Amino acid sequence: MRKADDLLISLDQITCGYGNEVVLDRVDFSIERAQFTGVVGPSGSGKTTLLRVVTGTVSPAAGSVWQSNGLRLAYVPQVETVNWNFPVTVGECVLMARTTRRGTTSEGSTRGSYGRWAPWPSRDERRLADEMLARLGIGGLADRHIRELSGGQQQRMFIARALLGEPQLLLMDEPTSGVDVKTRHEIVHLLGELNSEGLAIVVTTHDLNGMAAHLPHLVCLNREVIAAGTPGEVLTPAVLERTYGAPMEVLEHGGMPVVVDHYGRDASSVRAIGNSGKSS
Amino acid sequence: MLGSFISQVFGPMELEFFRNALMVSTLAGALCGLVGVFVVLKGMSAIGHGLSHAIFGGFVASTLLGINVLLGAGAWGVASALMIGGVTRRRIIGSDAAIGVITTASFALGLALIAMFDRTARNFEAVLFGSVLGVSLADVLVVAAVTVVAVAVVVLHYRSLLFVTFDPEVAEVSGVPGARLEAILMLVLAASILVTMQVLGVTLVAATLVIPATVARMLTSSFSRMLVLAALIGAGSGFVGMVASYHLDVQSGPAIVLVGAGLFATVFMITGHRGRMRVGDLVSAHGGANSYLKEVRPEDLASPQSRLAVPPQFVPPSSGR
Repeated sequence: MRKADDLLISLDQITCGYGNEVVLDRVDFSIERAQFTGVVGPSGSGKTTLLRVVTGTVSPAAGSVWQSNGLRLAYVPQVETVNWNFPVTVGECVLMARTTRRGTTSEGSTRGSYGRWAPWPSRDERRLADEMLARLGIGGLADRHIRELSGGQQQRMFIARALLGEPQLLLMDEPTSGVDVKTRHEIVHLLGELNSEGLAIVVTTHDLNGMAAHLPHLVCLNREVIAAGTPGEVLTPAVLERTYGAPMEVLEHGGMPVVVDHYGRDASSVRAIGNSGKSS
Repeated sequence: MLGSFISQVFGPMELEFFRNALMVSTLAGALCGLVGVFVVLKGMSAIGHGLSHAIFGGFVASTLLGINVLLGAGAWGVASALMIGGVTRRRIIGSDAAIGVITTASFALGLALIAMFDRTARNFEAVLFGSVLGVSLADVLVVAAVTVVAVAVVVLHYRSLLFVTFDPEVAEVSGVPGARLEAILMLVLAASILVTMQVLGVTLVAATLVIPATVARMLTSSFSRMLVLAALIGAGSGFVGMVASYHLDVQSGPAIVLVGAGLFATVFMITGHRGRMRVGDLVSAHGGANSYLKEVRPEDLASPQSRLAVPPQFVPPSSGR
């Protein structure tokens, strides 16, 4: 099958499940060079599974996955799934990206030391790690234990590890879950910068206003793709109700869509909830 | 004064069997300490405990059938290790229970076989609790060989092992052969238990896997230093424990484990809050260490079957459990 030159990966009619439960149902999903997509949907809507199909750690029950030749992709897991007490320093963590030979085709920059078996890093590797950490604004922290970093710094460390593999496509699972507003802004801006340098990025998020509304392209997912397009196109009450199974309202503020929960036609029901909450 | 004390403590060095036993226990301690780092960090203590019990069944069966014990129990251990690995990896519901069934059934089979077919039972008590007696030079060489292999595996695959232990999913995405490495680790673990059980005792091997790594973790936050420290602590406990075993007339397994536990208590008190933070938090909010570990609730801490990276209070596993 001929694909457009810019296409990095394309999922065609993917169906996926665990046991008898269908998690993804005939999903089409494709990513082009330098695309920045947010996958939104409620918990259990198949967001993480979709990422896993893209990374290849989950094989679909039906459908096909097409990958551009020699695609280098990097995955950043949810920060919550990591054992932050593991005995490892920031520098050691970042250099995990250089464990295997796979994932590099660019000659010159990584010649010789890549896929090195020796337990200790070469001087080149240490320099590379330091440079990458500095580029992401956490320079000088290489010798710290990973626990000593703040939430935003931990996220940056993982991005640094991902970038050290020189990926064309970066996949991040819920990069802004559990971080404060300032950190969320920093992460969104950092990803925007990386994307403007030509890196394709896919993030999953359930944060519609803080994250999704700021992205150029969204895919609404709930077992199947409900809608795909710009935030202006997909953040509509009709699409959101089908995605989240609950009515929502979309306001506009400063040219951006703002999604708010919708508790019913008249405000009295909202007041009733408020009152019952107080009286008990 | 000091001279006579030393000659009294190390007097038995003149006995060949004691020299061999001392070498085996030191090597065995180092080997289990090294392998134990992965057991602790991957939250596999239940597997280590189970595997040692599983191997006991193979040991008894091959002894009674007159098969070479290392081969027979080895094949049994490998089969159990792969079975446990497969069950755990697929995250089948109740994998803990599956481990319990496979390994405890194997242990029970061993005990049943002894009751039915063995008249003396002396041989087997040594395997249950560890014995200094009858350690030959061949035993020393076998333990040494497995130690060399284990060190080679850890050094040659250091980066991949670190990656896959810390972050299995991303490691897999990055092309690290996670399943193969896990199989290799399980085999090394099975081999380590197999060759050390004569000195350490089936029922006590799990403690010699967990204690040195836990003590090492309290002392360092670096993976490479933890490996070296755990091996040294294991070797030291093995050596001191064996000497104590001879003089106090206690089986070698309990002696070695008690020395390790004493060291644990000492380091626990000396490192204070810092050390406690390091091990204590192996099981805290970020207990979702890897694919095996899910959220750990406080009530899980009390259960010996909970798959914690490190048991919060140290309970040396006993055969009765």
